[in-house]
Amino acid sequence: MEILVCVRRVPDTSENEIALNSAGNDIERDDLVYSINEWDNYAVEEALQIVDRMGGSVTVVTVGNEEDEEVLRREMAMGAHHGVLLTDEVYDGSDARGISTILKAFVKKGKYDLILTGVQSEDGGAQVGGMLAAMLDYPFASLVNSIEILDEKTLKVSREIEGGNKEISRIELPCVLSIQTGINEPRYVGMRGIRQVASIPILTPTAEELGINSESVGQTAARVKRVDYFIPQAGKGAEMLQGSREENIDKLLELVAAKGGLK
Amino acid sequence: MTPIFALILHKAGVVDDSAIELLEVARKIDPAAKPIAVAVGVGEELDSVCHQLSLSYQEIWKVAHEQLAHLNAEVVRQALQKIIPAGSIVLCAHEHFGIDLGPGLSIKLSAAYVSDIVGIDAVDGAVLNVIRQEFGGQVSAHVRCDISSGAVITVRPGAFKPIQLASFNGTVIDKSSEIGPLVSKRQYLSTVVAESGDVDITKQTILVSVGRGIQEKDNISIAEELAEELGAAVSCSRPVVDAKWLEKSRQVGTSGKTVKPKVYLACGISGAFQHIAGLKGNPFIVAINKNPKAPIFQVADVGIVDDLLEFLPELTNKIRDMRTVSAK
Amino acid sequence: MVNGLQTPAESIYWFIHGRDLFLLIHLLGTACFLYIAWRRLQPLMRGERDLRFDRPGLRLANVLKFWLGQWRHPRYKFAGVLHILIFTGFILLATRAFSLILGFTDESSPTSDFEQIYAIVRQYATTVVFLCMVVAIVRRLVFRPARYAVPHRYGKGHTADAIFLLALIATLMLADSLYEASKAAASTQVGTRGESLALYSLPWVLQIVLAGSSLAALQHIHQGGFLIHDLTFFFLLCYRPFGIQFHVETSLFSIFFAKLDRGTIKPVRWGVPDDKLDQVKSFGVKAFEDFTWKHMLDFYSCADCGRCSDNCPANSVGRPLSPRFLTIKARDYCFQHYPMFRPPSNGVALVGNLYSEDEIWSCTTCGACEQECPMLVEYIDKIVDLRRGMVDEGRVPQSLQKPLKALESRGNPYGKMEKKRGDWAKANGFGEACTVSVLNGKNNADTLYFVDSVTSYDDRMQAIARATARVLSRTGTNLGILASAEKDSGHDVRRFGEEMLFIALRDQNADAIRASGVQRIVCSDPHAFNALRHDYSGMPPVEHVSQSIADAVRCGKLRFDAVQNGNVYTYHDPCYLGRHNGVYDDPREVLDAIPNLRRVEMKRSRDRSFCCGGGGLMLFYEPNEEERIGVKRVRMAAEAGANVIVTACPFCMTNIEDAIKVAGLEGKMTAIDLVELVDQQTAQLSNAA
Repeated sequence: MEILVCVRRVPDTSENEIALNSAGNDIERDDLVYSINEWDNYAVEEALQIVDRMGGSVTVVTVGNEEDEEVLRREMAMGAHHGVLLTDEVYDGSDARGISTILKAFVKKGKYDLILTGVQSEDGGAQVGGMLAAMLDYPFASLVNSIEILDEKTLKVSREIEGGNKEISRIELPCVLSIQTGINEPRYVGMRGIRQVASIPILTPTAEELGINSESVGQTAARVKRVDYFIPQAGKGAEMLQGSREENIDKLLELVAAKGGLK
Repeated sequence: MTPIFALILHKAGVVDDSAIELLEVARKIDPAAKPIAVAVGVGEELDSVCHQLSLSYQEIWKVAHEQLAHLNAEVVRQALQKIIPAGSIVLCAHEHFGIDLGPGLSIKLSAAYVSDIVGIDAVDGAVLNVIRQEFGGQVSAHVRCDISSGAVITVRPGAFKPIQLASFNGTVIDKSSEIGPLVSKRQYLSTVVAESGDVDITKQTILVSVGRGIQEKDNISIAEELAEELGAAVSCSRPVVDAKWLEKSRQVGTSGKTVKPKVYLACGISGAFQHIAGLKGNPFIVAINKNPKAPIFQVADVGIVDDLLEFLPELTNKIRDMRTVSAK
Repeated sequence: MVNGLQTPAESIYWFIHGRDLFLLIHLLGTACFLYIAWRRLQPLMRGERDLRFDRPGLRLANVLKFWLGQWRHPRYKFAGVLHILIFTGFILLATRAFSLILGFTDESSPTSDFEQIYAIVRQYATTVVFLCMVVAIVRRLVFRPARYAVPHRYGKGHTADAIFLLALIATLMLADSLYEASKAAASTQVGTRGESLALYSLPWVLQIVLAGSSLAALQHIHQGGFLIHDLTFFFLLCYRPFGIQFHVETSLFSIFFAKLDRGTIKPVRWGVPDDKLDQVKSFGVKAFEDFTWKHMLDFYSCADCGRCSDNCPANSVGRPLSPRFLTIKARDYCFQHYPMFRPPSNGVALVGNLYSEDEIWSCTTCGACEQECPMLVEYIDKIVDLRRGMVDEGRVPQSLQKPLKALESRGNPYGKMEKKRGDWAKANGFGEACTVSVLNGKNNADTLYFVDSVTSYDDRMQAIARATARVLSRTGTNLGILASAEKDSGHDVRRFGEEMLFIALRDQNADAIRASGVQRIVCSDPHAFNALRHDYSGMPPVEHVSQSIADAVRCGKLRFDAVQNGNVYTYHDPCYLGRHNGVYDDPREVLDAIPNLRRVEMKRSRDRSFCCGGGGLMLFYEPNEEERIGVKRVRMAAEAGANVIVTACPFCMTNIEDAIKVAGLEGKMTAIDLVELVDQQTAQLSNAA
């Protein structure tokens, strides 16, 4: 089975250390470290496990620039067979639709039975997988937390729905699935693994080679643009409720309700 | 005027709370908007849904089709493609169905797509300015969206509270005949209900988390009762697991699970470094602890110094009372 | 014909001449043994390289101390003394054994004085060994010491096997004694002057029993005793390599080749320098043949005494690890896959078949097993090698992947920002009491305080950092820190098998330390101390703060206020300060220098200290266990009558403070770091000064 996994390099925000820059229009990126988007890592592991069982190969692809090569290397160290970096000036400033357009052009050049993405990224909105599927007219399922291969043409997938319940569906190949965390236990990749794949070439087809119309991608084509970042509410420390127990309960319920904690 | 559609979620014939939240979103986009509710489904359940919607929406489009008996985004998308006019704004709650439907629908409608919005700033001609949260809620972003050729917008549940609901006697328009045959390469098979006792604390919106302050195993039920009233799950800090009062799967912290709730009630949890590290996504933290110097108060949003063995049962009772009152 | 009896060589056994029969037995027996030994050498020859021929003098000294001197045996008094008796008996009987193998039969009576004395010594040795066998059998059958028990998951018990071997040795002794006794009895009957048997020895007793027997009967007993002795001897020789008794042959080599440097970790591949590691195809131990030959030899040498597991904290709380069975399982694997008559069958993966992942991650590397093993069998290096293998294959528990990734990107396991590493020194009011300069090229200092991650970032442990800085400045130390230039020492990264990450961290730290120009390094974290001391090279002298304080006390640089409470203190030895580095006395000396301080020792202290549950990355990994290790430790302190546990390691602090809560001893028991206590008890006097 030929599997394509679309991945992204994102700031690693596993610690609550995101701050705004002095201009207040972006997050402070100087102190950030970047890594593979967590969901994408699960998607790659899932692809590798499928290929381990079924044979085939796993290709990881990302849209970005040279800096993003490191996440491709990391996923190749995990076992992905090919890495593809889709980079071109005309892509700069693409929104999710633009990214999907680029990926679609790449998919059309190859032959993939299964395309996986992560459900979402830390700074994204769970968009690319569904868009790509619609552009390709492939069936799509999001929030997938288990994949079972029924036959060469069909998968049985489980989607994570409310309350920890699972929605089981049958889906035809080729299809696009967005993978939820927890679907597997991704293997560890250390520095050694990354070094071992350092010399494997990464493909970098240009927009022209993929036949991408520069007006359909990039800044000008983007309909959705992030203007700036801001901090929603300053961390203020605990507001101590000093009233009687009854007053405290009332006040607490009011606050919790305001946070969507009571229905 | 751009038509605004609200895609309605419902379950067992009952309309989801998000339906009225979408009304609020529509109002913020255009105070004069007359949003149209779109309800898909089958049979009497759908009729009941449409009836409920008619109390808050002026116009309801009803789409009945046997293929829509289960909300399968792949099928729903095809149905919507056929009836939603070009250039419309389509709203849906950003949960598992919205995530499934939204991106593809936007492509098929050639509309812009903005997901998981938590606020709306202003509408400036064909530009809609919305607010999203990124990086697990640590920062918010102003996002500008060109809606000149329509938009699909998914809305974070609970982010838009309706202020005042107009009461209507809305009209239900049956659009079922307009959708024609529906085919899908994805078929719904079944739903596997999570076993109770097999709660995934990482997926909960509210957590009632207990620490050593709960003192003994029998007291865990105090937290469980509160959790039940809140529709929450019980999680805990490490000493509670060590004492075998709760399963390991309930533990929050570096050696346990990383959780991302909206509201976190830390009951009798001192707030050790290793525990707090398991809390992500900037939840609203309520700390209840006997010890006013407990470090948890440094990171909590609201703190109460009290004996939780007395405080929690009273809190539970209070919520129960409120429910009974509102039920009447 | 001597003493009225035919010698066995002269006798006829079932129409075969004794001389021929024994020649045949000896040739067959020796050939058999050589063949078996050769087969047993096969895996060792396929094993990985291991450089064990350095420092021969030290190695010989080890042999004298641990092998001939049986140094560690008396740590378990009864079994130890029993073993020393048996061992001594065997050594004394060895001459006879060798003369047997060389084909001599006991033809003549001793003539020289020396021979006569040796005969007497031998008879007593035989007697002692025989009695020891009886005691050992009774002990095994009746008293059944708990450490010999085989938990269900490791298969059936080893008692029958042990009894069989003990009985064989007893038979050997008894047969030899019968042979001697019948000879003596016969010579008494015919009135020739034979050698007299040692008084009250087993042959002496048997001689009395046999005194009334006819010469013909004595001839049969004489002949038979010799034959049984001979057969038993060669049977044992060839049977031992199939079980725990193989240690009789291998222990000498195991001890000679034993690891000489505690606290260190073996290189990934012996003889491969760090910069060539990229060329190594596979890291660590994945298949049996990835063990080094010395580690395989360890498997042969294990005598199944169970002392390792008896002292293993992981084993004691029911974690899925028992060092004893780590070895036994490997030995059984080796025997099964290197059979006597078929070619060896290679390579199933050990982890997943022989060992579970949990088992290998369960080890805290506390070193209690290695401290106890009379054979100096190594465990930590094997565990680390097995972990290296798992890391290489990506089989790392999810809970450990996060901190490892954070260590890679941020230099600390919490993923905290580098620039906040020195923030502990910016706490309110701290700067007024003492200055800690950041060694960033603009400042310099004589002494570097290497803080390490947990003490830098954990709120609770930052108090230890501040106390360390205050105390050291009171001793007049000119102190600096690396702050953001410091990375995690990598101590536990290495011990969790991530060698490449360790090397990266080590190189960054080593560069920063060299650039700082300091003359010495002080650590408050024994893990950092051990890393800088043993895992790094070319560093300025490294000491633990407890050593610095002890020095200051000795020179009179620190004076203590008397403690003004009725507390009873006990000192918990951190593994990486005590066992791995031998620092036991300095912290105790410091405590005893504090006026009025009442100190008690826990039963398990010093080199038998009981691990707190494990530091470093172990905090991110939770094996299944019935109870927390730390809780056991806290109970031991309570048993000793202490209500304050003094330790000298931030991880011990974390575990013990948690354990106090879990054990329900909050309010009754507290934990304090040595340096915090010293800080408290020196604050007033130094303020006054």
